[in-house]
Amino acid sequence: MPRTGHIIQTIFLVAAVVITPPALAQVAVIGKTVYTMAGPVLKDTVVIIRDGKIAEIRPVFGTVIPGDLRILRAEVVTPGLIDAHSVVGLTGIYNQKHDQDQLEHSAPIQPELRAVDAYNALEDLVAYVRGFGVTTVHTGHAPGELISGQTIVVKTAGRTVDEAVFRAPAMVAATLSSSARKKEKGKSPGTRGKMMALLRAEFVKVQNYLAKRESGDEEKRPPRDLRLETLGRVLSGEIPLLVTADRAQDIASALRLAREFGFKLVLDSAAESYLLVDAIKDAAVPVIVHPSMYRTWGDRKNLSFETAATLRHAGIRVALQSGYESYVPKTRVVLFEAAIAAANGLTFEETLATITIDAARILGVEDRVGSLELGKDGDVALYDGDPFEYTTHCVGVVIDGNVVSDTPR
Amino acid sequence: MRIYCILAVACLACPRVTVSAETEKIAFVGARIIPIAGDVIEQGVLIVDDGKIEAVGRRDAVTIPADAKTVDVAGKVLMPGLICTHNHVGGIGGADGSGPIQPGIRILDSLNVHDAGFRRVVAGGLTTLNIMPGSGHLLSGQTIYVKMRKARTIDDIFIRDADGKPTGGMKMANGTNSHRDKPFPGTRGKSAALVREQFIKAQEYRDKIQRAAGDPEKLPPRDLGLEGLVEVLEGKRVVHHHTHRHDDIMTVIRLAKEFGFRVVLHHVSEGWKVAKEIAEAGIPCSIILVDSPGGKLEAVNLIFSTGAVLEKAGVNVAFHTDDWITDSRLFFRSAALAVRAGMSREGALRGLTLSGAEMLDLQDRIGSLEPGKDADFIILSGDPLSVYTKVLETWVEGVKVFDRTDPEDHLHAVGGYGAGNDQEPYFCCFDHGGNQ
Repeated sequence: MPRTGHIIQTIFLVAAVVITPPALAQVAVIGKTVYTMAGPVLKDTVVIIRDGKIAEIRPVFGTVIPGDLRILRAEVVTPGLIDAHSVVGLTGIYNQKHDQDQLEHSAPIQPELRAVDAYNALEDLVAYVRGFGVTTVHTGHAPGELISGQTIVVKTAGRTVDEAVFRAPAMVAATLSSSARKKEKGKSPGTRGKMMALLRAEFVKVQNYLAKRESGDEEKRPPRDLRLETLGRVLSGEIPLLVTADRAQDIASALRLAREFGFKLVLDSAAESYLLVDAIKDAAVPVIVHPSMYRTWGDRKNLSFETAATLRHAGIRVALQSGYESYVPKTRVVLFEAAIAAANGLTFEETLATITIDAARILGVEDRVGSLELGKDGDVALYDGDPFEYTTHCVGVVIDGNVVSDTPR
Repeated sequence: MRIYCILAVACLACPRVTVSAETEKIAFVGARIIPIAGDVIEQGVLIVDDGKIEAVGRRDAVTIPADAKTVDVAGKVLMPGLICTHNHVGGIGGADGSGPIQPGIRILDSLNVHDAGFRRVVAGGLTTLNIMPGSGHLLSGQTIYVKMRKARTIDDIFIRDADGKPTGGMKMANGTNSHRDKPFPGTRGKSAALVREQFIKAQEYRDKIQRAAGDPEKLPPRDLGLEGLVEVLEGKRVVHHHTHRHDDIMTVIRLAKEFGFRVVLHHVSEGWKVAKEIAEAGIPCSIILVDSPGGKLEAVNLIFSTGAVLEKAGVNVAFHTDDWITDSRLFFRSAALAVRAGMSREGALRGLTLSGAEMLDLQDRIGSLEPGKDADFIILSGDPLSVYTKVLETWVEGVKVFDRTDPEDHLHAVGGYGAGNDQEPYFCCFDHGGNQ
């Protein structure tokens, strides 16, 4: 018994050492090549992080690095990577009922489900993607129901959601694809027409709710309704509706819906978006393109490795994502997905933008992350070569000035 | 007359699948050749004649025959066609939900050779596949070894043995995929017991046949399933065994020893924990690398360095796509990720080619560029382990089956509208993870 107790104690001690964030460290990251994503590529440059923020970016030559700084060195230094859409922290590594909180099937429209109530900051998959340089993740309720819930933006550090989260809610997640269609007889929505009818009816309800809530007469105000309140924030333009749609016809439906109700639309996955480039561009809608290596079946049977390039070169803002997997791999790694885009039409820096600054812009967090600029968060990824090459390693990861990984991966 | 008309229409409708009867004598000149058997050849020459490799060597050491057509491949990389030891393309459907052990099932009876998956296979540089039924059974049927020749029917892609019979293995699995309600097993102990019972039946069936010595009166009634298992017992049919966890791996080794069957371990997510034991048993491993661990309990401890650990222990290691688990167009990526985690470049490239051939008993015909072997090769734009490298051409037995400059081939190589024309595969019967 005491022996068991001792072992358990040891495990807790080890765990505590690993997960306790150190006091805000002072770090100097020296890169032979530094991609700031906010200006030209820099050679032999040091990025100095103090109190969690980027304090200086200077040439190594002629800079005396103060002795209190921990020095990290790498061939290539980039801003910490941003995964523009994932479900890590809601889906767990074991893929058993107890660790799968990404999708609630009890009703097709549940925007009131908050991602902060479901995110597990200590989930193994969060640490896993962090090891490859991913420091920020847009995660939350998965595609698969008409409106599945809310999403949040988190750092891949911290012990609790409160330590990790820095934008909540980020978006409301909707799905206009076969995966949101019910196969069971008598269950709704069973068709694409019904999907749109349900969404339109819901937004009309929200319009009425908002109008009544603004009523001067307190007696006439409807009781607070979490579901309508959340969608009200979408209709008011405060947060975007993230619509997962792959077939061209479904993407067109999402655009139609956004036009009718005037909300901010972010397109997600969008496998056949290459057929609707002009319409997407005219609507000024950004696209978080599906993982490059998604499986080619169902609504995504016609996906292309070149979609990110096609959209970006047409002037559409594009980010990449790890998406949602129901089986293996339980999470994708956005760095790997970007690599395939880099080999299929995007230049190196265009690709890097899809997982750094452009992702930050689409998520509305570009004031904090996405580029190496003075005053921004001290989030940095270090590589021993071209980050997109299969055989390159991520050799260091810094989040808010803390070195969270220095094991080559 | 009427028949001729029909044939003509058929040919017009499907010009791409016309099988070319004869192949030219061609000299591919100037590429960096990675023959797998032997050192890399800079400025190499590969001479192909009648579907076979006639010569391979340095530019100054090989005489180019006067009647050969010369193709300049300077600046490119040429290597053997890739061999995928575990693939599910073609809209396959093996054993069904009626029982956990179905050795009489042949996957060749379920294949659609016009499935778009095959177009992606050649776009990835794969020239030989072991197409298998799924892993939802203890034994889900007989696998088929195929060549990616241009095909009108399944018969066009068989790899036949000396007797003209299509070659293939036997697919088995242990661990949780086959655990479910009766008549399927619910535990590992039951799984092994069911398999042992079946092999004992096969031994008795084999012995009866031997004792009958050709006397039709004494021969047991023909049993297709047991026939397949007797081929396994006789070593003519290799068992391709899905297995993840270290203890499940040891169970396969135990059963293989008991019944003396030849086996290739597939996936082996926890192979790194029992590398010494696998090496001592002399059993080869075909591994898969997926982008993260988990997704199922048995793959929680999957790591990129399994290939490196097994290689160091002296195990023969090949890779597989398990297409659609990973995409055949990205097969090189699996080997490259293994190199990222410490496997040797040479071992990884061998794992995509010759090692796979050995696991299919086809090493005398394919897997390396050597005179007399089949002219199955690919032409690449650069280093095989770079993400930026493209498969430019894929050749099977001296016939070009993929050309990236061809618009239709390009569509399948990168995707796009019209690229997806797959038949959904049938995987009995296990559900995905959390829904189980």
